[in-house]
Amino acid sequence: MIEKVVIANRSEIALRILRACHMLGIRTVALHSEADREAKYVRLSDESVCIGPAPAAESYLNIPAVISAAEVTDANAIHPGYGFLAENADFAERVEQSGFIFIGPRPETLRLMGDKISAIQTMKKSGVPCVPGSEGPLGDDGNENLRVAAKIGYPVLIKATAGGGGKGMRVVHTEATLLNAISLTRAEAAAAFGNDTVYMEKYLGNPRHIEFQVLADQHGNAIHLGERDCSLQRRHQKVIEESPAPGISDKLRRTIGERCAEACRNIDYRSAGTFEFLYEDGEFYFIEMNTRIQVEHPVTEMITGIDIVREQLRIAAGEKLAYRQKDIVISGHAIECRINAEDPSSFLPSPGCIVQYHQPGGPGIRVDSHIYNNYSVPPYYDSLIVKLIAHSDTRELAMARMRVALSEMVIEGIKTNIPMHEDIMSDAAFQAGGVNIHYLEKKLGL
Amino acid sequence: MDIRKVKKLIEMLEESGLGEIEIHEGEESIRISRASSAPIVVPTATPERSAPAKSEPPVPAIPSGHVVTSPMVGTFYRAASPDSTPFVEVGSQVEVGDTLCIIEAMKMLNEIEADKSGVIRAIQKENGQPVEYGEPLFIIE
Repeated sequence: MIEKVVIANRSEIALRILRACHMLGIRTVALHSEADREAKYVRLSDESVCIGPAPAAESYLNIPAVISAAEVTDANAIHPGYGFLAENADFAERVEQSGFIFIGPRPETLRLMGDKISAIQTMKKSGVPCVPGSEGPLGDDGNENLRVAAKIGYPVLIKATAGGGGKGMRVVHTEATLLNAISLTRAEAAAAFGNDTVYMEKYLGNPRHIEFQVLADQHGNAIHLGERDCSLQRRHQKVIEESPAPGISDKLRRTIGERCAEACRNIDYRSAGTFEFLYEDGEFYFIEMNTRIQVEHPVTEMITGIDIVREQLRIAAGEKLAYRQKDIVISGHAIECRINAEDPSSFLPSPGCIVQYHQPGGPGIRVDSHIYNNYSVPPYYDSLIVKLIAHSDTRELAMARMRVALSEMVIEGIKTNIPMHEDIMSDAAFQAGGVNIHYLEKKLGL
Repeated sequence: MDIRKVKKLIEMLEESGLGEIEIHEGEESIRISRASSAPIVVPTATPERSAPAKSEPPVPAIPSGHVVTSPMVGTFYRAASPDSTPFVEVGSQVEVGDTLCIIEAMKMLNEIEADKSGVIRAIQKENGQPVEYGEPLFIIE
């Protein structure tokens, strides 16, 4: 087993990784910017290294600083968390070249899945259903692009291959606006991602966002841990996630899940990952793969009883998966509310000092958070401060537990989106289950 | 913790073949372990005390002046190579741009330059010690 892990991330996920490491007797090195000196996980870790000033580009995204910190602390492995450098193939490669274990997929896999076009082509070869599309990059021939769009059928979506997470996309409803839309999306992609390659997909009008969690070891074993429904989003940012997805049959879960596991075996996938799908009219359509641990992993952990971060550490250490597919049992229902330090109506970030913090508890309640009384939320990073998870036998009971937990939560001194979560938990459509990805924005009048 | 005691422990570690020493003294404790190039001193967490701390020998006052802090994470070296003489000593006169030390990171040696002219009043790190971003290295007056 690995002896010492550098945690190259911050906030709740850094604490999550620290807990999994300490449980296995692995020593931890918390990396932090100057703004995160007082973070809870920095105090709890065995060692810590300040890697730069507050701006992420000079600290959490600073590859030499991260690797150098691993060198001076004599660590064996680096866990990148999510965001920041987690899916940066160059970083993963340099980590391995410097003699450390990268706790995540192989650099080649990060490259393959980071390019959306090659990711889709790879998935199709493994029998994973994809959105009907251009099957490759769009060229400069306008007539050819018009032909491709006509074949797919309007409305279509122009997407940047180097984009992801909802960025670098444009909907086209009519033939007249197609060529202009392609040029604009190219220009935006070049500016945002340094790559102007775009492709085309059928635009699905009312899809749900359903994703499958996978785990794969370095011995050719791969399993899926069921799906999560993450359809409640605002500006492509997930707000609430749940597992299992309402209305998905066991048969469909097994079929799609097994295709994902098979795709993992085919590409020699390593560690944890998520296959993202759009689900409409009973059909699943692959859109992209997230080659990292995700924010919403707790809902899967609650219904399967599996510690995904612990499995990541074991996989990275070269051990075989602790579970076979038949060992995975889905039990009950789990919901996660992402609590952000933001104004509940304007959604503007609300950093500052949390003068009073009291978290809920009781059966089936899990709180993943790094905040504490008198902790100051810095203004430099994203606004997620607490992940509140509720689990119970049924979806109704999980929602009931969540309502109670939300009412107990006290976070004073800053604004949070707790009122919005309370509103959603009593929303009739949400309670019925199966709302699509446009629902939340429509409800909020955005 | 008495600085002299800590230095003695580091010497003991270096002279012996030990990989790690941990000492508990009442409610204080310290663990020193051997790292890649130099022993790392890690004060292990002490419980919060409401009673006043026991009196400790006075720590030498830090001289006043401009503090040169580390711009990066790495290993601090006083000289260009193990056989060379250190770039500066306490009392050395330096001009802006003079090399003060080397910080090694990812097999690359980075020269750290003085950003102020004056006299070196203090050297805060020892040869071969790891440094983090923002750590004080030199005091120039």
